[in-house]
Amino acid sequence: MKVRDIVDILDGSIVFGEDYLDRDVYRACGSDMMSDVLAFVKEQAVLLTGLVNPQVVRTAEMMDMKCIVFVRGKSPDIGMIDLAQEREIVLIKTDLEMFTSCGLLYAHGLRGGSGK
Amino acid sequence: MEVIQLHYDVNANDFTCAGEASGKLKRELKRLGFEPDVVRRTAIAVYEAEINMVIHADGGAIDASISPECITVVLKDRGPGIPDVSLAMREGYSTAPENVRNLGFGAGMGLPNIKKYSDKVDIDTVIGEGTTITLRINTAPAEN
Ligand SMILES: Nc1ncnc2c1ncn2[C@@H]1O[C@H](COP(=O)(O)OP(=O)(O)OP(=O)(O)O)[C@@H](O)[C@H]1O
Ligand SMILES: [Mg+2]
Repeated sequence: MKVRDIVDILDGSIVFGEDYLDRDVYRACGSDMMSDVLAFVKEQAVLLTGLVNPQVVRTAEMMDMKCIVFVRGKSPDIGMIDLAQEREIVLIKTDLEMFTSCGLLYAHGLRGGSGK
Repeated sequence: MEVIQLHYDVNANDFTCAGEASGKLKRELKRLGFEPDVVRRTAIAVYEAEINMVIHADGGAIDASISPECITVVLKDRGPGIPDVSLAMREGYSTAPENVRNLGFGAGMGLPNIKKYSDKVDIDTVIGEGTTITLRINTAPAEN
């Protein structure tokens, strides 16, 4: 799917990255613990999280991720938006909770990193 | 390519900037043309160690030497030291307080991740003085 599909599926809004919505993404992971995210590299391009601080953007950067989805109506602050801009990472927010967001994206074909 | 030496200082108690050094190193490795897998493994291992320097120690310094064959990174902090290294290396072991967990750290996965992504890790720690982590990433698959 494309990054723009994520916005539609989650009825979300784009916080940053209008220019990068045509990027293809195949894998995602959802977590509020950054070291859990960093534990499995499987070309996940999307990070779903309820956590809001600069380390979320930095974690995505280290993993070469393309898009971060903030769930439960969380909004990144201006510092995080600046970081994402420098690193060309799309930021999306949705009011949906983590479980629902992951389920919807999975149902539309996005997959997990799965396995050690 | 000659051996390139890079140095970064890591500030204590600056959670917002933690990861700045790892990010810079990552972009430098990418610019030098290393394989994406090598760049990412180095970035993640150094990032985990940099975060540990900020949350468990009092900041410190990072020195990287980059040669075509391998990347060696030395992370030296002035923190409290690690009393039991084999315990600290265990997945899930963490002494991180509640406020650090609320920031998304303290899963006890950092040191295991460092080990997993590096080809070699040395931890030299002295209680009350600090910890030095030396990690090496081979840039090309070993011959023979
Ligand atoms: N540089 C350090 N100085 C002192 N203690 C450390 C240092 N690095 C790690 N430790 C100790 O080792 C433990 C395990 O570290 P590790 O990075 O694996 O997990 P964590 O930092 O607690 O959580 P996570 O990395 O998953 O966010 C820490 O909780 C801490 O007690
Ligand atoms: Mg850690």
